[in-house]
Amino acid sequence: MRSRGYWLYLIPSLVLFVGVIVAPFLMNVATSFTRWSGVGTPEWIGFENYARLLKDERFWTSFQHNVALILAMAVVPTLLGLVLAAALFDYIAKKFGPRTASALRAAFYLPQVLPVAIAGVVWGWLLHPSYGAVNEIFGIDVNWLGDPSLALATVMAIMVWFQLGYPVVIFMAGLQRVDPALYEAAEIDGASWWRRFWHITVPQIRPEFFVVLLTCTIAALKVFGPIFVLTRGGPAGATMVPSYFSYLNFFQRVNVGYGSAIATVLALIIVVVTFLFLRVQERDA
Amino acid sequence: MRRYSLLAALVVLAFVMLFPFLLVALNAFKSPAEYSSGGPLALPEGLYLDGLVEFWNRVDFTRKLWNSLLISGCVAAGAVVLSVLNAYALGIGRVRGRLWILVVFLVANTLPQEALVYPLYYLAKQVGLYDSRLFVILIFTVIQAAFGTYLLSAVLGRFPAEILEAAAIDGAGKWRALWLIVVPISRPTLSVLLIFFFIWTWNEFFLPLVFLISNDNQTVPVALGVLQGDRLMDATMSSASALLGIVPAVAFFLIFQRTLTRGITVGAIK
Repeated sequence: MRSRGYWLYLIPSLVLFVGVIVAPFLMNVATSFTRWSGVGTPEWIGFENYARLLKDERFWTSFQHNVALILAMAVVPTLLGLVLAAALFDYIAKKFGPRTASALRAAFYLPQVLPVAIAGVVWGWLLHPSYGAVNEIFGIDVNWLGDPSLALATVMAIMVWFQLGYPVVIFMAGLQRVDPALYEAAEIDGASWWRRFWHITVPQIRPEFFVVLLTCTIAALKVFGPIFVLTRGGPAGATMVPSYFSYLNFFQRVNVGYGSAIATVLALIIVVVTFLFLRVQERDA
Repeated sequence: MRRYSLLAALVVLAFVMLFPFLLVALNAFKSPAEYSSGGPLALPEGLYLDGLVEFWNRVDFTRKLWNSLLISGCVAAGAVVLSVLNAYALGIGRVRGRLWILVVFLVANTLPQEALVYPLYYLAKQVGLYDSRLFVILIFTVIQAAFGTYLLSAVLGRFPAEILEAAAIDGAGKWRALWLIVVPISRPTLSVLLIFFFIWTWNEFFLPLVFLISNDNQTVPVALGVLQGDRLMDATMSSASALLGIVPAVAFFLIFQRTLTRGITVGAIK
């Protein structure tokens, strides 16, 4: 049933979409080729911002921190989540009942319901150098977020806490699809838990595995809220990430051109990562 | 013995995950004196509400709740309407070039907001919409609708054609068919979208931080996030502030739990 006139329904969105996303994005790309403080006329300088970016030590370290956060927000939660989901599904639910398994799942998931900035507020208090609960409980005096050698590791740990529930829930939902007969047959054949994990669980939830890894990697590349709330990129740039670095250039150093170049590169990286993931997934399917 | 060791390990891990929530709940109702004498693990001696109330009044939390509700509610409703219109054209109308349109929406969804923020900020200042909730509503309506379109087009692509044909024979035009047939039948999916858009918008931080600078317009995460570590806060007031951020989020989760668990795997595509 193909008939004319349906495209009329796209008009409101296309207008808004161009105004809110397409035009601003193109303007951002254009601004990245200029020197501009946000007032007056931008001065065209070609690729100068990008050349400066390549030599900027702070920009490179901010990307290294991004990689660390991909580890903390995507790789570790996905792998740990896989093991936890399989343990809950294939062991706890069978030996101790499905209610035990869903109670544990809910506990793992709870941090995920928070706005990520609020997760930052919670940990900012718990780890506060002068009155934080963690130091009080253990009777120690550690400046978790204020010590340059500790801050990134602390933020990473917080992000693992925040993200872990997401893969657990997605993987457990995926496992519902799996034919229970597969597990029963494997069990009768005397396959150990690990063998069942590798030969049944992992292959069965490959689609979920890719989706979770992709969405968490993108989230890690975009991370801003927890950095803003917990450290503002400090101390001494120890937790600086590209998104916060561009924010600084836009709104505090009024280097709008440079900030735009950072944001453009970040956008490019995210689009490329998404594309690569989808290609790998396609070949895998 | 081995049977219980895995359970024990998982229970310990669950406890670690919940421990921060427990500490917040335990200390939000203590007086600063109680905190410094009994430490963070002691049970509160009574319900000390002064810290909570003082913080609530200082940030005018009622106002922040209202701002967050207003923005998230309008965005959720607006984005669902836009998604339905788009998906009707793409999924059911199968307009030409729909695949490309979907790809554009999907790419838009992955773009970092940092790559849009400055032009939007500049624009807002030019048209006098800086520090306005309306502007934030507009931006997030479009951003959420980009994802909703992608999802809903797939759902409506499987919409039974016979029903629409029957409606067309009965003389219903496209507009009537959309509101009288497609929307009512797709209600379960639409309600999942509505709730997700609401919560996602509630959780947003970056753009509201940039665009809502005055106290009158800030949302809950922005107000609490900006104040975190403020010099004027003591231990129990910080805890109270964390509690105020946690309670609405957990409340939404409990209220919408059934819809959310149904839709969470759908949301995974985001």
